[in-house]
This record gives sequence, structure tokens and C-alpha cells, in this order.
Amino acid sequence: MRFDPRGLLRWESAVILLLVVVFFGGAGISPDFANSDNLSFALGDLSEIALIALPMTLLVVCGQVDLSVASVLGLCSALTGALWDAGWALETIFVVVLVVGLVCGLVNGWLVTRLGLPSLAVTIGTMTLYRGLAYVVLGTEAISQFPQRYADLATQSVPGTPVPYPMALFALLALVTGVALHATGIGRSLFAIGSQEDAAYFAGIRVKRIKLVLFVISGLVAGFAGIVYTLRYGSARADNGLGLELTVIAAVLLGGIDFDGGKGTLGGVIAAVLLIGLLRNLLMLNDVSTEIQSIVTGLLLIVSVLTPRLIAVVRETRGRQRGPRPEAPAPAATS
Amino acid sequence: MTTLTETPTRPPADAPAQTGGRLVDLVLRARELSIAAALILLVVITTIANPQFLSAQGVEDIFLNASILVLLAVGQTMVVVTRNIDLSVGSVVGLVAFVTGDFASGTDRNVLLVLVVGMAIGTLCGLVNGLLVSFCRVPALVVTLGTLYVIQGIDYYLAHGEQISASDLPSSVLSLGNDAVLGVPYLPIITVAVMLAMGYYLRSYSSGREFYAIGSNPEAARLAGVPIRRRVLTAYLVSGLLAGLAGVLWLARFGTVVADAANGWELKVVSAVVVGGVAIVGGTGTVYGAALGALLITTIGSVLVVLKVNSFWQDAITGVLLLLAISVDRLLALRVTRALRVKSRTRRGRRRLNGNGSGGAHRAGRAEAAAPLPATKEGSARDEV
Repeated sequence: MRFDPRGLLRWESAVILLLVVVFFGGAGISPDFANSDNLSFALGDLSEIALIALPMTLLVVCGQVDLSVASVLGLCSALTGALWDAGWALETIFVVVLVVGLVCGLVNGWLVTRLGLPSLAVTIGTMTLYRGLAYVVLGTEAISQFPQRYADLATQSVPGTPVPYPMALFALLALVTGVALHATGIGRSLFAIGSQEDAAYFAGIRVKRIKLVLFVISGLVAGFAGIVYTLRYGSARADNGLGLELTVIAAVLLGGIDFDGGKGTLGGVIAAVLLIGLLRNLLMLNDVSTEIQSIVTGLLLIVSVLTPRLIAVVRETRGRQRGPRPEAPAPAATS
Repeated sequence: MTTLTETPTRPPADAPAQTGGRLVDLVLRARELSIAAALILLVVITTIANPQFLSAQGVEDIFLNASILVLLAVGQTMVVVTRNIDLSVGSVVGLVAFVTGDFASGTDRNVLLVLVVGMAIGTLCGLVNGLLVSFCRVPALVVTLGTLYVIQGIDYYLAHGEQISASDLPSSVLSLGNDAVLGVPYLPIITVAVMLAMGYYLRSYSSGREFYAIGSNPEAARLAGVPIRRRVLTAYLVSGLLAGLAGVLWLARFGTVVADAANGWELKVVSAVVVGGVAIVGGTGTVYGAALGALLITTIGSVLVVLKVNSFWQDAITGVLLLLAISVDRLLALRVTRALRVKSRTRRGRRRLNGNGSGGAHRAGRAEAAAPLPATKEGSARDEV
């Protein structure tokens, strides 16, 4: 137990250190990297990943996972396009789409909490289902030409800063999430559920209700990310955000959240999200093909789960070696 | 002993349930039968709507289309039974189909050599997954999600937007996918042979049973001396090997291969396996069930085409089917557990009436330990199989 806080601290500071290294290294490699236009673009490119990473962090801390987020994003994007094409007002569409996202999350949460199914199986199913529905709604069409006013809101920066509006919103939500996770009783109960669900239940934590709410929030945020994605690219398609769940989970795990739940901090996740954003931007600036980018993301994911395990294994063996050593001289002394 | 009888404790996750073994068995067999029934119902209804559906050509198409999915489902079953998952199979099929296509294009290479190369690549991918999961103890979902993207990236990188065309392939490769023996195409023959072999191994060999032991309770399996790491590694190797084989068959069947050939197939495979009654939490299910699940999903695809339903519905239907399957499984499991509980209670009651003194109490305690206790959140009947 005594190892844990120090180890985590080290893990997160390693991520932050890596972030700094990548930032200055990138500035050294590529002259276009460190100017505010490019950074603003790099941040904007992260919008959906960053937004979805917040509820995903809470879910993983709880020992759950939501693989359907990218499909909810696609469904909401397709729905936005289809309704816009049908002549609805964009404001109405937003409300409808957010409700759909919420319902998607509710279905996940209901299946997990009421039927007691593993979230992994449930969200693999709904991942297929929601993406399928996205195709049912929009087929292979692409709807574009959304009003400039809203497109600007998704792409422009807050005046005077290089931070685009969606990322400003992310900063605000991250603050709220961070406080909720690390400074309130609810946050503590999330960690409790993640480390020992039964114990948490017997300690009077409303495990099912909390999980349900988290899945609903996850769906809602994914739906909102769908709107942001649509407006940012100015294009509504059923395959929008395909595979995005991987990057989100990579960010969460790289940020030091244990996949088995109960450990980690939001600060680490935020640093990891930024790190992934900078890396992707750097690869893009250096004309590295998207194939390599997909390899890098995959490797990053593997490394981010592999490293903590390896550290744990090394510690274990070291502990085992250290353990017997003090005992070894003891019999010699007595005899 | 006496305090034990009334305290609602968590169920011993792996108590051998001789009392209800037959009941559990029945439910599980009913599970495979019900899929078969659903399949038959689907075929009958579709044939009534469109008699062309059951023509010789139509049936052959379904079996050809299902072969590759069944093959992947068989490999996936081995992995899922050990409470793991292999999401990289779709990427492996794509990579192998492209690389072996490239390898054979414009040459006169023997089909056996192509098969060996394909299976070697697949096994290598399985080795990476297996080593990471079994020896580094990294969550299978995350690792195979990662290797999915790495393998896919390698595939795209090698392909560079090009494609393999059937006209360049040696005829021996193409004949593997399109020729037949005594009217039965090679593909289903290979698939059925693999399925029967795996089914026999998992059912009748003690090392085969160990895969189930690991899945239903890893800790108990470890204590019982099951070489967990080696078995899990084997499962991934087999899954990779079969994905490699499936990749070559894909090449042989379609001839024209693009890099993203089997994109998204991992979900189809997992759905097939789960619909076929292989529990995602491990420990139960057979390759035959998984094969039936794969056949059902393929048939639904064909039915949609025949009934002229928008083919976009297929993914959505697959998703619903998967959710339905796991929900029904869960509800059945809860019901079985409850039935077993009632059964053991009544038996215990009877014993206490008949028994004399400590002997009776002793036996009652044993019955308690042997029977599953109340169904709490985690307790499910399949744990006892």
C-alpha cells in the first residue's frame, strides 16, 4: 500500500514530463509547431477525444468501460445531418440529438446495472447497434453546409487565446470533474466502487445508481461530441469518429487510470490527452502517413497498460528478493 | 456449521454443483437448440416469402460466406472460454489476405505454401497477443484493441492503397476458394474439419477442459495446477493461426483484396461467439454453438438481401442480437441459480429431518458448500459448470 501514491505520482509526472519533452522537442524539429495557430488547431483537433475522456475516466475508475462512445458520436452526427437535411431548426436538432445521446447512455447503463451484465459485453453490442443505426439514419450520404454561425462556434478560438471554444468548455468541465472526483464524497465512492464493488455496496454506496448516472453522462457527452464533430468538419456522416473510442481509452490508460478500476487521477488523463494531441499534430506536420499514426496510437495504448504492469512485476520480484534476505542471516546467527 | 446455514454469504464462485449439474446442462443444451430453432424459423419464413432463397445456389452462398466467420468464431471461442478476448482477428485476416495475395501474385506458387505463410503470419500475431496477455498480465481487451490498430496500420502501410486482383493470382489459390469435392466446396469442408477437431479437443481432452477451468475460476484453476499462462497463450496462438487460415481463404474466395478487407469483423466474430452461447465472462460454451451463431448472423445478412431490406440494418440487428443473447443468458443463469438454491434448501431440510445429531449437521454443511448460494450480483450459474 505504501508504494501506491508514490508510484502514481511518478507515473503522472512521467506523463507530464513526456508532454514537456514532446512540446519542446516538437518546437525544435518543426518550425511550424509552436506557433499559436498550430497549437490552436492541435487543441481543436482534440475536442471530441478530450470531452469524452472525462466521463470515460469516471467509468474506468469505477471499473467499467464504455466502448460505444464513438458509435454514439456517429449516430448523433448522422442524426444531426438527417434532421438538418429535413429542414429542422438547428437549435431543435441539438436538443433532440442530446436526448438521443442520453438515451443511448441510459440503455448501456440499464443493461449493466439492472441485468448485471459486464459493461464490456454490453458496450460491444451497443457499439455495433448504434453504428448500425447511424447507417440506417443516413446511409453513406454526407450532409454539409451547416450555418456559419455555429460552425464558427466549433472552430473559432476564444478571443485573445489560442483555445477553441470546445476546448474552453472542456477546461471548464475538466475542472468540475476534477473537483467532483478528487474532492467530494461522490468521487471517493467512485474509487471505492472501482477497488471493491461489494465492499462499497455494503458500505452504503448506491453502486447501481452511480453507475447508471455515469453511463448516462457518458452517452450525453458523446452525443454533444457528435454535434461538435459535425460542426467542426462541416460534415455529417454515419462513419464519423470511427475508432475514436480507442484513442479515448488510450488517453485514459496512459493518464494512469488502472483498467481494473480504483486508481488514478484526472490530472494524468488531461496530460495524456494533451500528449496524444501534440504527438498526432507533430506526426501530421512531419507528413507521417495516417497508417503510421494508427500504429503509434495502438502502440501507445499497449505501452500505457504494459508499463505499469511491468513495474509492478519488477517490484514484486524485487520485494521477493529483498524479503528473504534479512531472514537468511538469522538462522546462521542462532546456530 | 449451524451459523453458516442461515448467513447469506457470497457464493463460492466455483462450487461444483452436482445437485444441479443436469439442470444446468439442460439449459445450456437448450441454448444451442434454441439458436438452431431460430435459424430454421428464419430460413422457413424467408423461403415462404421468396422461394429462391433455398435454391442450391443460395444455400451454397450462405455456407461459403459463413465458412470464414465460423473459422474465426472457433478460434475466438477458445480465447473467450478462458475469460479473454481477441479483438485483433479482423485486422489479422486483412493483413494475411493482403500479404499472401502480394506473395502469390504474378507467381506460380503452390497453394500449400501460401497457406503456410498465411498461417505463420497469423500465428505470429497470436503470439504477440498471447505473450502480452498471459505473461505480462495486461487486460486482453486493451492489448488486442491496441494490436488491432497496429496490425491494421501495418496492413495499410504495406498496401499503400493498392489492391490484389484475382487475375494475378495463381490458379491453385483461386481453386481453393471456388472448387468443390463431390459438389461440396473446399471452404466449408475445411471449416467443418477444424470445428470438429477443436470441438473434440475442448470436450474430450483434459488439457481442453482446462481452458474451461481457467475461464470459470482462474484462481481455482491455478490452485488445481492448471498451467494458465501456457493455456492462454495456446488459445491466442490458435486464434491467430485460424485468423491466418481465414485470411488465405478470404484471398482464395474473393481474389480481389483491398487493405481494409475484413475491417470491423472482430465485432461480427465476437457477436457470433456470444450469440452462440459462449459466455463473455468465460467458462462456458462450445465451438458448435459459436459456429451456429456465426451461421445465424451470416444467414440474417442473406435474408436481408433476399427480403430487400436496407442492408444498413444488418449491423444494428447484429448488435441487438448480441444484447439479446447476453441478456437471455443472464436471466436464465439467474433462474437456474435460484432453482438450485431452492433445491438444495429442500434437500437440506429433508436431511436434517432424517439425520441424527452431528452427522446430519455435518452433511447439511457439506450440502451447503456444494450448492451455490444466493444469486448475488456476481453469482451466475455458469460459474458452476
